[in-house]
Amino acid sequence: MKLNRREALSVGLGGIFLATMPGLSAAATLEELTAAFTGGATPGTDGITLTTPEIAENGNTVPVEIDAPGAVAIMLVASGNPEPAVATFTFGPAAGRQFAATRIRLAKTQDVYALAKMADGSILQAQATVKVTIGGCGG
Amino acid sequence: MITRREFLQASLAASAIYGGSGFGNWSRLAAQQALGQDQLLQFDDFGNLTLIHITDIHAQLKPIWFREPEWNIGVGDAKGVPWHVVGNAFLDMFKIAPGSPEAYALTYEDFAALGKTYGRMGGMDRVATVVKAIRAARPDSILLDGGDTWQGSMSSLLTRGQDCVNVMNALGVEAMTSHWEWTLGTERVKEIVETQLAFPFLGANIFDAEWDEPAFEPYKIFEKAGLRIAVIGQAFPYMPIANPKWMFPEYSFGIREERMQEVVDEVRATGVDLVVCLSHNGFDVDKKMASRVTGIDVILTGHTHDAIPEPVLVGQTILIASGSHGKFISRVDLDVRDGKMMGFRHKLIPIFSDVITPDPEMAALIDAERAPFKAQLEEQIGTTESLLYRRGNFQGTWDDLICNAVRSERDVQIALSPGVRWGASLLPGDAITREDIHNVTSMTYGQVYRTEMTGETLKTVLEDVADNIFNPDPYYQQGGDMVRVGGMGFACDVTKDIGSRITEMTLLDTGEAIDPSKSYTVGGWASVNEGTEGPQIWDLVEAHIRKLGTVRLEPNPSVKVTGI
Repeated sequence: MKLNRREALSVGLGGIFLATMPGLSAAATLEELTAAFTGGATPGTDGITLTTPEIAENGNTVPVEIDAPGAVAIMLVASGNPEPAVATFTFGPAAGRQFAATRIRLAKTQDVYALAKMADGSILQAQATVKVTIGGCGG
Repeated sequence: MITRREFLQASLAASAIYGGSGFGNWSRLAAQQALGQDQLLQFDDFGNLTLIHITDIHAQLKPIWFREPEWNIGVGDAKGVPWHVVGNAFLDMFKIAPGSPEAYALTYEDFAALGKTYGRMGGMDRVATVVKAIRAARPDSILLDGGDTWQGSMSSLLTRGQDCVNVMNALGVEAMTSHWEWTLGTERVKEIVETQLAFPFLGANIFDAEWDEPAFEPYKIFEKAGLRIAVIGQAFPYMPIANPKWMFPEYSFGIREERMQEVVDEVRATGVDLVVCLSHNGFDVDKKMASRVTGIDVILTGHTHDAIPEPVLVGQTILIASGSHGKFISRVDLDVRDGKMMGFRHKLIPIFSDVITPDPEMAALIDAERAPFKAQLEEQIGTTESLLYRRGNFQGTWDDLICNAVRSERDVQIALSPGVRWGASLLPGDAITREDIHNVTSMTYGQVYRTEMTGETLKTVLEDVADNIFNPDPYYQQGGDMVRVGGMGFACDVTKDIGSRITEMTLLDTGEAIDPSKSYTVGGWASVNEGTEGPQIWDLVEAHIRKLGTVRLEPNPSVKVTGI
């Protein structure tokens, strides 16, 4: 079988999706994703840092960093995207630091959420509003 | 650590000498016909270090008229605070007599009449006189430029900023930060910074876009008066959003509050005595940043062009706002001891060009910079019977004239003109020269496009720009003032959220409501999109004024503002 680059990428992404989001439909909402990740636990807010720009310089590639010392997994959700699930990062016991940095695409102005699952099963959550604007008019 | 109470006492004691306003008694002096250079410069030396701040000159080397805003609305926490108060309310707040020189310098009231009495303001030759006088009194001083220096005039456009670079080098600026500088493009900025500029070009928040790593010098440590002083630069955070990012694709900006804290901590760890942030964030952003980043003693603010007669205190940080277009210089004397700022004394010095003697060397340099273009700059294109001004949240008369020019020269129903804060004014009766037109239009992306937009798109544009001014969280305000519109009226409720601020959009030609699904012809300039085609805005405005001969503008009631 011969795969072109585009098909290979879509297969690859599907693979990651299935690995990280078992049992969820492709358009899982923020609430569904959160419920599945937290198992219903109420998240705390101390001990997790989500860093995003306030206004995206380019909505197609927005730098996002999450730092959650002691986490075993970090889930990143873009609540206003057609597909809110962005990624889940898992950290093994050998991980020197529970930190993730990536660039994500944001369809419009929205809240980005990071949830961290700690070794004891507790959950931490951080959120940030990222504005995606037409731009111009810079006084 | 100095307590807040001790700090306040020190500062109050310092400013009490000036009756609280730091502005002296020039109203009374003027009434006695004694307003002179000595009074403007009068300052009882204080402490052991002086900061001299100038910002947002926008390439205005010669004295100009500049009418302060009639609209400068603050929302949320910024409602009613000094830098969002205008006109008579501002005069009341600072106990300034109507009709006084300070009323003329700081507000829009009676601008045309007072302008004729008190004359033009600014001029870098007058600024040089003031800087030299302060330096003579205070050898331990640092002169800092907050940026928006290399753009805004015809000669700066023709020399790609060189005239301003030469002037600021001669003035002896010791560090700067940036905004419109970047619209000269990466290559030119780097050429100037690496081969021309006699001082550092600071920006702790300028990052390499690809690797997300710091790309420019974040700070400079000065050694003066036996002290070590860190000056941290903060460039305009929304550079690639508000201006064309294709001109500097290599760089990313942003407020990067955590980065600012990191840099403050870094310089504090080296044992500096004072931390100064030379910022182009804009006043509201700086105020929020000061409340969240610890360890900054002084923020020298820029971008929003506010001229505030007193420092604004946030925690233990003082914020200084020094106006724009060369109208003011701030002198800030500091008492720095044992690694702490123990007190300050401040004066916002107005540059009355008829009162302050020009520095002859600087005057000669400016004339030499202008000489190759003198005939082009000074050619008269028309005359104005109306006061022409721009600054303010909504339509100014210059913008009305520009929108009229776009509509008639490009044959469109609706004109859009950017709400930039820069642009000198003209008084009724003034000649309009080519240079005057450039003073309100000069930029490296001045092409006037002609396109069609649906009513829905127009609404989206207006909502987007309005949110960039009236979002209650200053960190989400990237804009200048509201986009200026010709041929279409609208209402704006500043208290609403994005999507519901703009209503009553009306096509003025017919009086009909704008139909979201219908297309309209639209012309505008200063598009941030690469490859925008059309004539340059200054050529188009010149053609329009030539046809009119004499410009007269009627009051423009097409924008209704509520929620103030």
